[in-house]
Amino acid sequence: MLAVHLDPLAASLFSLIAIASMLLSFVMLGSRWLKDYMYAFGVQSWLIALLSALVGYYGHYPELYLVAIFTLLFRGLLLPYLVMRILQRLRVERELHLILRPSASLVAGAACALFALLVASRVGAAIGLTQNIVVLALMVMLTMKLVGFLMLSVRHEAVSQILGLLLLENGIFLGSQILIPGMPLLIELVILFDLLVAVACFGVLVRYLMTHVGSTSSLDLKRLVG
Amino acid sequence: MTFELCVIVIAPLVAILAAGVPPRSRVAEYVNLLASLAVLLAALPLPFRIRSPLFYWGGYVIVDQLGAWGMLCTAVVYFLASIYAVGYMRLMDRPKRLVNFYALFAAFAWTMLVAPLMNNPGVFWIAIELTTLVSTFLVGFEREAESMEAAWKYIIVVSAGISLALLGTVLLYWGGSLVLGPTYDMTWQVLRDVAPRMNPVLLKLGFLLVLVGYGTKVGLAPMHTWLPDAHSEGPAPVSAMLSGALLNTAMLGIVRYLAVTDAAGIGLLPRTALVVLGILSVFVGALFIVRQEGVKRLMAYSSVEHMGILALGFGFGGVLGVAGALYHMLNHSLNKSLMFFGAGNVMRRYGTKEMPDIRRVLSEFPVSGLLWLAGAVAITGAPPFGTFLGEFSILRAGFGSPNVWAALIMLVLLIVIFIGFLNHFRAMYFGRKPETLPAGRWGGGWCAVPMWLALVPLLVLGLWWPERLLTLFTAIAHGLGVPS
Repeated sequence: MLAVHLDPLAASLFSLIAIASMLLSFVMLGSRWLKDYMYAFGVQSWLIALLSALVGYYGHYPELYLVAIFTLLFRGLLLPYLVMRILQRLRVERELHLILRPSASLVAGAACALFALLVASRVGAAIGLTQNIVVLALMVMLTMKLVGFLMLSVRHEAVSQILGLLLLENGIFLGSQILIPGMPLLIELVILFDLLVAVACFGVLVRYLMTHVGSTSSLDLKRLVG
Repeated sequence: MTFELCVIVIAPLVAILAAGVPPRSRVAEYVNLLASLAVLLAALPLPFRIRSPLFYWGGYVIVDQLGAWGMLCTAVVYFLASIYAVGYMRLMDRPKRLVNFYALFAAFAWTMLVAPLMNNPGVFWIAIELTTLVSTFLVGFEREAESMEAAWKYIIVVSAGISLALLGTVLLYWGGSLVLGPTYDMTWQVLRDVAPRMNPVLLKLGFLLVLVGYGTKVGLAPMHTWLPDAHSEGPAPVSAMLSGALLNTAMLGIVRYLAVTDAAGIGLLPRTALVVLGILSVFVGALFIVRQEGVKRLMAYSSVEHMGILALGFGFGGVLGVAGALYHMLNHSLNKSLMFFGAGNVMRRYGTKEMPDIRRVLSEFPVSGLLWLAGAVAITGAPPFGTFLGEFSILRAGFGSPNVWAALIMLVLLIVIFIGFLNHFRAMYFGRKPETLPAGRWGGGWCAVPMWLALVPLLVLGLWWPERLLTLFTAIAHGLGVPS
């Protein structure tokens, strides 16, 4: 696989991008302003697009250039634009009632990252791939997954939840670019498209929530129990 | 075979178009009904005519017996729900929105009919994700605060859960790529072939993630939290489709992955994990059935229970377990449609979802009330209905499997559910007369006919397990790698 025979420069570039994306997910966790979430997500998507292009270059997968372009267009520009429109329509700027303060959630996120590192190094050892880049890719993938779930559970504005979901998928995308760059093109493209549809659906739904429930905070969604 | 397949795939698309082109609700209604009939007629003989899997579109589409069986269950529910929807949705008195409803309804059916055909686990994941996106709008269709809440919970919980399945898929692809080289076409068969050489740690991790991911969509406890809300807040025909068709479709994914881990021979972990989730679902179902007040939530928790039973059947394994689970799949689809139809009628008539306000059902619904009552007896797994035979086979499979403890717990919980479920019906049918008389309307004949169409086959399947079905199930079990 690509990650095993990688020249040092490429390996450090990949690591840099992976770590930067992970840090950006912590930016989302440490802020309470919805705009920050969106910018962090946008930059993260740009980084992933860059990663796709680099993997394509070093691994000789020309189709990944296409993936990079689509990632840039869809995840880097279109999705943030759609989320921005939702934000403008809602006139909600930040999380009002925090379940976990940003500092506390950063600590929880750090714990997630440690756990992810533990799992990643165990898995890496079990399959006999102990190269830093493999373990790092696995770790970042799992960390972003866990941080995404953390966002989903401690943030309750509709927009934060959408971005939490997108963060989950960004993590998978980032990890899979490094670990399995040969994954068929069709699937990656369709998943990108699928995300677009998902966010469009979310947008419509958020509008309905606003008009019919009168709020977009999931704390106000408590009629259905038992 | 190709012709039937084309009908199944194209008919719902025609219905979507017909809903949009002349935006008249009557046209949309009847075209959707016709489309569902066409799908049913094409899907009924399909599982029996396939000998070996057929492939189309460069191997991306597979038609095998297991998938065809899933499509059959979906087609049955789609047809019944389409008849019911005619009567039920007209009560809404908003002809303009009916057009949207039928377009979404047909699209929902289409995504569920297409998902079992996907040969690439990645594309299967996309199809399952699409079912969520379409059905969210059906769940929130009534646009009240409750239904919006249910729709939001549904899309968030299920999307988050199913992203775990994507992670699992990626890990399994990675595991395969360590054996087969960086680029290969991942199909169910390729995964099974490569599984024995795949690293067991990756395989187990991948399977567990996939199990939790698709388990969320199936509604296995403790990932079931979206299910009671979505099932109880959507319009009744949608609830029937969600419960009778969608859950099965997602279950097929778990079954196919289970065949992969079976082929690898990595011990009992995958099966035990499925069995534990199954028992947990039956347990949660039992608890919430006993103390339930909402009539549709009662049915929803019963779905959690029945999906638990299906998980147990596939988890116990063996020809008996698989056959019992597949048989139960169809019977549950028929039975749960019947139950949601009855619940919809009662809800409309009494104008409430709360069971304490629903009394003396028989004096309001002399005939269809009896059908509903019979369905209630059937859904608890009592003879002489098909659900009994299915659950009985699963129990027998359980006593022959390494997980005997689960079969014993299941037996006890089934008795609890029998008492708890029927107690609600006793109260609704023979309880004290309410002070206020019910004033709402109900859908009439359109809403009664599908109840007959569901109950009669359910009874027939309970009295007679057709030989051809048994050979079909045995073939599917062997196809999944069960030794004979």
